[in-house]
Amino acid sequence: MRIRAFAAVALALALTVPVLADKRSDAKEHVEFGIELARKGLWSSAIHQWDKAKTIDPEYLAAWNNLAIGYEQMGKFHEAREAYDQALKLDPNNAFLLTNYEQFREIYDRQNRRRDR
Amino acid sequence: MTGRTAAAIVSVALAAGSAGCVKFYEIAVETPIQAKIDVTGFQRVLVAGFLGGGSDTIDPNTETARLLRSQLRSKSEMRVIDADVIPLVEEVNERRGVPPPGAPAPEAPDRIREEQDLKAFEHIFEDAEYWKKLGEEHQGALIVTGSVMFTEVARSGMVTRVKTTTTASGIQTYQPVQEFADQKGFALTPKFVFIDGRTGQILYSETFHEEQLYAADVNTPALSSYFELMDKLVPAFLNTLSTQKIRGSRILLK
Repeated sequence: MRIRAFAAVALALALTVPVLADKRSDAKEHVEFGIELARKGLWSSAIHQWDKAKTIDPEYLAAWNNLAIGYEQMGKFHEAREAYDQALKLDPNNAFLLTNYEQFREIYDRQNRRRDR
Repeated sequence: MTGRTAAAIVSVALAAGSAGCVKFYEIAVETPIQAKIDVTGFQRVLVAGFLGGGSDTIDPNTETARLLRSQLRSKSEMRVIDADVIPLVEEVNERRGVPPPGAPAPEAPDRIREEQDLKAFEHIFEDAEYWKKLGEEHQGALIVTGSVMFTEVARSGMVTRVKTTTTASGIQTYQPVQEFADQKGFALTPKFVFIDGRTGQILYSETFHEEQLYAADVNTPALSSYFELMDKLVPAFLNTLSTQKIRGSRILLK
C-alpha cells in the first residue's frame, strides 16, 4: 500500500515539475525579451511581454516587478501600484523590489498629495 | 534619485554580486507626473504676493515671489508679469483698519508670527472681486498667491553621523554611528493658491512643509536655508502647472 502511494506521489511530481519548469521557462523568455525592449526605450512593447509572462506564470516575481516599472514609466500609477502589490505578496523581503517600491512610493505619494481644494 | 536610494541600490547590487546571483538590470526611467491644473487658457501668469510670516530674518513674501517668477520664466510657457509684489499682510490690515500705536490691541493680530495667526488673513484668497480686479489689470492672467511661513525650529534627538577611522595599515574606514545631538534650523510651510484672474475664483491650492536642520553649533544664514528649502519645493510647485518628468533608475529582474 505504502509503495503504491509513494509511486503515485512520485508520478505526480514527475509530471507536474516539468510543467512548472516549462511555465517558468516560457515566462522567463518573455521577461528577458521585455528587458531588451525596455533598454531600447520600447516600453509599451516591454509591458506587453511582461504582462504575458505574469499570465503564464503568476508567481514569477520578475514579471510583476518589471511590469510595475513599465507602468511607472508610462505614468500609469494605479496599475504600477497593483503590480508592486502582487510582487510584494510573492516576496516581501526582496531587496531589489523594496528599493524600486520605495522610489515609486515617493512619486506616487507626490502625485496623490492631498489637495486643499 | 536621492543619495539614500542610490546607496541602497549600490549596496544591494554589491551584495547580490558578491553572492554570485546577478539576475538584474538597472535601467533609467523618466516617470511623468501629470499637471494638476489645466493652464492652456492662460497666456500670462502673475505671481502677485504672499502672506508672509514667521521669522523676521527674511522677507518670505518678496523672496518667494522673486524665486517663483524666476522659475516660471525659465520653466513655463506662460509670460511672467513683472509687477510690484503685493504686501498682502498690509493689504488685509488696511482693509480692517489697524488702530494707531498706543490704542487697545485688536482681536485679530496685525502680523503673522505663528501658523494660527494666518486664519485672520486667509479670507483674502476668497475675495473673488479683489482678484478679478487684479486679473483685469493684467489681461486675465493666472494669479499665483498664498502664504509662506518661515520659522526657526530646534530639535534634540538621535542623529546618524559617519565616523571615520584609520587602520594600522593606513586604510580609512567609514562607519555610521548614532548619537544624541541638539539641532536647529528652519521650517518652511508655503501654501500656493492659484486663482483664475478672469473670474477671481480659486482654481487649486496646496500646502507643503519642509524642514532643514543643522548641528546647533553651525551658524547657517536664514536666507541660505530658505533657498535650500525652496529648492525641494519648487518641482512640486511647477508640477501644478505642467507635467514634470522625474528622472531616476529602477532594477529590472530576470
